[in-house]
Amino acid sequence: MRDPRTRVAGRVGAGCLALGLALGIPGGAAAQEQPILITGATILTAAEAGRIEDGAVLFQNGRIVAVGPASEVEAPSDAVVIDGTGKYITPGIVDAHSHIAADAINEGAVSVSSMVSIHDVIDPTDVAIYREAAGGTTTSHVMHGSANPIGGNNAVIKHRWGADAQGLLFQGAPPTIKFALGENPKRAGSPNLPGHEARYPASRMGVMDVVRQAFIEASEYKAEWDTYRARVADGDRSAIPPRRNLTMDPLVEVLEGTRYVHAHSYRADEILQLMRVAEEFGFRIHVFQHVLEGYRVADEMAEHGAHASTFSDWWAYKMEAYEAIPHNAAIMTQRGVNVSINSDSGEEGRHLNQEAAKTMKWGGLSEAEALATVTINAAFQLLIDDRVGSLEAGKDADIVLWENYPLSSYARVRTTYIDGEVVFDIDADLAMRAEIEAEKAELREMLGEADEDDSDNEREPDRRPGGER
Amino acid sequence: MVKSIVAAAAVLGTVGFALPAEAVAQDGGTFAVQGATIHTVADGVIEGGTIVIRDGRIIAVGQDVDIPADAEIIDGEGKHVFPGMIDSFSSLGLTEVGAVAVTNDASELGRWNPHLNAHTAIHPASEHIPVARANGITHSLVAPGGGGRFGGGGGSGIQGQATLVHLDGWTVEEMEIEKTAAMIIGWPTLSTGFRAFAGFGRPAGGRSFQRAQERFDEEVAEMDSWFVAAEHYRQAVASGSSRVPRNIQLEHLSRVLDRGMKVIVRANGWREIESAIEFAEKWNLDLTIAGGNGAREIAGTLAEKNIPVILGPVQRLPQGEDTAYDDPNTLPGVLHEAGVEIAFATFNSSDARTLPYEAANSVSWGLSKEAALEAVTLGPARVLGVDDRLGSLEVGKVGNLIVTDGDPLEITTRIEWVFIKGVPSDLDNKHDSLWEEYRNRPARRVTTTTT
Repeated sequence: MRDPRTRVAGRVGAGCLALGLALGIPGGAAAQEQPILITGATILTAAEAGRIEDGAVLFQNGRIVAVGPASEVEAPSDAVVIDGTGKYITPGIVDAHSHIAADAINEGAVSVSSMVSIHDVIDPTDVAIYREAAGGTTTSHVMHGSANPIGGNNAVIKHRWGADAQGLLFQGAPPTIKFALGENPKRAGSPNLPGHEARYPASRMGVMDVVRQAFIEASEYKAEWDTYRARVADGDRSAIPPRRNLTMDPLVEVLEGTRYVHAHSYRADEILQLMRVAEEFGFRIHVFQHVLEGYRVADEMAEHGAHASTFSDWWAYKMEAYEAIPHNAAIMTQRGVNVSINSDSGEEGRHLNQEAAKTMKWGGLSEAEALATVTINAAFQLLIDDRVGSLEAGKDADIVLWENYPLSSYARVRTTYIDGEVVFDIDADLAMRAEIEAEKAELREMLGEADEDDSDNEREPDRRPGGER
Repeated sequence: MVKSIVAAAAVLGTVGFALPAEAVAQDGGTFAVQGATIHTVADGVIEGGTIVIRDGRIIAVGQDVDIPADAEIIDGEGKHVFPGMIDSFSSLGLTEVGAVAVTNDASELGRWNPHLNAHTAIHPASEHIPVARANGITHSLVAPGGGGRFGGGGGSGIQGQATLVHLDGWTVEEMEIEKTAAMIIGWPTLSTGFRAFAGFGRPAGGRSFQRAQERFDEEVAEMDSWFVAAEHYRQAVASGSSRVPRNIQLEHLSRVLDRGMKVIVRANGWREIESAIEFAEKWNLDLTIAGGNGAREIAGTLAEKNIPVILGPVQRLPQGEDTAYDDPNTLPGVLHEAGVEIAFATFNSSDARTLPYEAANSVSWGLSKEAALEAVTLGPARVLGVDDRLGSLEVGKVGNLIVTDGDPLEITTRIEWVFIKGVPSDLDNKHDSLWEEYRNRPARRVTTTTT
């Protein structure tokens, strides 16, 4: 595979990437051999140990070796010791809903696009990978868009800036698929909007129908395969395999419980209806994404076994978000739903710690509950909680060292480690800026033109979740 | 009205300046927050202080003040008092649901609308206003030109007049502080539309810089022609001739000439800001920049010329791929350090309650906490020319304050009281009501059997 680092190195702005090279970030596999001990910091573990004052964390070979009170963690003599006095340590933040590092996210021409996958369009050159690491985010669930009732397959990545597309992937993360309800798939099908070809469905009734029809078909397809396999198992050498259907394969995995549904949703009615459709076919909606009215049907969600991944306080950007409340996460948590706070945005993904803190203000979650929404709960929803999401011996060394209290609007990251390797360090970043300026000056000189840079003239970026997402 | 102002002035007694005539609650009652930490913003912090409001005005602030016998007393033990926060640029009351066009009144068709005023369309019953207020936002400059689908701003042109309001009132007349607070102009953008890569039949690159510059110059010239026309109109009207046909657009635009009305220009690149400054000097405009992402490069010029900057969102992405990751966070501190007057804003309606976090997010990157607080209170009041009435806790100012359990820029801080125009404001809002309703939903008893 072609090394993306060489492809990007010629671009103005490759400096951040060069940072990754300078720090020796590997293209995937954990290589951190030297033990590192950060000691004297307040550790918010997001695990049973909770908050540890004057704590220490020791990690080596990309794994956490020990976490505990500083007096109890002994480091090998060759360990690099980092003084964390006055600082805080948390697990790397896990974003359960993102669209960064993807070259395109919507295959909107059809109503069911389960044949496509974000894995095919991972873009390791997206600077958002680095920028979010600078905000403490280490793992992201990169999702298909929301143009279809049944969308494409998603990818889980680690923010290993500098790695190639394959190297970004979170190896072993169970497969997921995006569903989408409400205004987005309706709008994609609306014949009333300019630039839109009419496409069924255009109503919430139609959205549920598309899902139901797809699973009727998937059930039949599965039965054909089951029959075929049974015949082969019985030694029937005349059995002919059914024709392979790439659209149906992921849905069969959903029926078999090996691929997990993440359903974009807003209103309580559609949340409830999708659970009932799933129950008809014997599967479960694993996570409701956005789920801004989840607070209205939290009991039903808990009963179904659905988890929730929501925004902290966004509302009213569209009609189905008009009754969103910032207490949503708290109500669902208190009713027994596992809740995460996600970004859905390359900007919000830079300060999910602050978004988590909002659940303490609105609805009164505890510090531990709030931190869990962007760490262990999100990891649990992605079924990677045995690897990331909390600071415990044996887990991946995805660690964030904060200069101040992380659940604060004043929080700032000092260093972010993934698999024990530095992916962001504030001093290294500052040191890199002079190099970037020098590189830019050199490139300008080569172009013989000092006035071509209009990078500061782009329109103000929009903070809202994108309409087509 | 005249009588009641006289009465209020009599109560104030020692206040040296004339009371402005904007609506302030008359017979609004007397309130005292006693024994609190009072952050005056203008004059330091008073520990164990008491602040007294009577009939809409602050009549006493200090450690040792007399509390009128009829005052309603709020125990300030362990509490903090701050001026209410000012969102220096929002679409509160103009945009209800971003994606629903019929609920948007922030932008009008056409590029030249100097005669339109946000005041006409501010919806006092918007659900966004009590939501913002409950988090300590007490005033806002409500400006046209923004809003729209997902809050995107409108392009270049003259977008109309902004209104400065108290975020409380049964009608816009009760809310207004300055009906015509500023003319809002969107500056042309100098852009090559450059793309790094080709693909799908789309060529790499954009128009040449030279062509972009030509287009920019054309747009600025078009803007200039409106000001030429406004100047001619003003002279024609001043001549007293009865033969000047009334032109409402030019009538309104001419008011900005010779610093007659504030002009807020939305511009982000440093070249655009420089261009706007040059233009403002030519026409003697009272200029404020809004957005100002590229203001860093010309901070010295802005400071020297006393041009304030209403900062574009701090919680935004850096503009260029090679821009430092923390560029939005460091900009406010850099401008403040250079001596530029700064004010934070959300440019939004549903996000207005997050204003304090905009300020806080620049504190760990070089702006002091004091300067951050000032940039959501007294700073905006100065920028908007109402610091004689708003922005700090001083005797004689309008009774706009918040009582909190801590630093209002910190996320977890609770806002316990909000006073607007000297009376306690209702803190209930759509979100709290729904929270109350659904947190109290009885546990689900009946389980349906689905097939």
